[in-house]
Amino acid sequence: MKTSLAMNFSVDKENNRVNVEREFAAPVGKVWAAWTQQELLDQWWAPRPWKARTKSMDFREGGTWLYAMVGPEGEEHWSKADYLKIDAKKSFSAIDAFCDAEGNLSPDFARSTWTNTFTEANGTTTVSVVIQYDKYEDIEQIMQMGFKEGFTMALGNLDELLEK
Amino acid sequence: MKGDIFQAIADPTRRAILVLIAAQSMTPNALAEHFDTSRQAVSKHIQVLVDCELLTQNKVGREIHYYFNPVKMKELDHWLTQFKKHWEDRFNQLDQLLINLNSNSDEN
Repeated sequence: MKTSLAMNFSVDKENNRVNVEREFAAPVGKVWAAWTQQELLDQWWAPRPWKARTKSMDFREGGTWLYAMVGPEGEEHWSKADYLKIDAKKSFSAIDAFCDAEGNLSPDFARSTWTNTFTEANGTTTVSVVIQYDKYEDIEQIMQMGFKEGFTMALGNLDELLEK
Repeated sequence: MKGDIFQAIADPTRRAILVLIAAQSMTPNALAEHFDTSRQAVSKHIQVLVDCELLTQNKVGREIHYYFNPVKMKELDHWLTQFKKHWEDRFNQLDQLLINLNSNSDEN
């Protein structure tokens, strides 16, 4: 069964915010687990052919998730999220960052604050992600990164296709 | 050095200049009247926008008119589309994971 689930995506330039909202065909307990447990996050957080690989995760206020995005050639991009506030199965917020394998911050990239809110209705869970940046330039910088990843990803998918 | 389009639009005054010129081509003097800052400051902003090709200039008699370049603006849309796709791909994977979770267990 393939249902088309609504995704809203907008960039609020006035407030330096990116808003992403998406419905998932599962109850909030499962969706919450997928966002907050490392073995589940590792299965979906990185767009293929990249894979997310968690080094450590401590999902509680003041805790940190340290993980790598691993590319098809084995290249690693490290990121982390420092959890700020957690309200179980309702919302959590975190400050993200690019870093090294030890979690030391990369000075070249701005950090942003994520607030993820989970709402269930009739067995469908809506996740609203608000990514708050300090300034608009930071969004542009991240968009450029996204482009690079997207491009790499497209090439990776092509490789898979050619192998068939 | 060719200007960086992202640097160019990061500045609120330059975004305002783009909005004005997108509506109507303008001379630097006409443009400067819309801002409280000095004409030199507005000229500098215009130059940044010209450097990254968001504005093109055309001499009419002794006056220079500035025009908005929509092709360049499309590049920005392109970045945005890629960024959005990144999220769509990620969420499609989450859909698949949730389907697997649903078939492996009952409601937790």
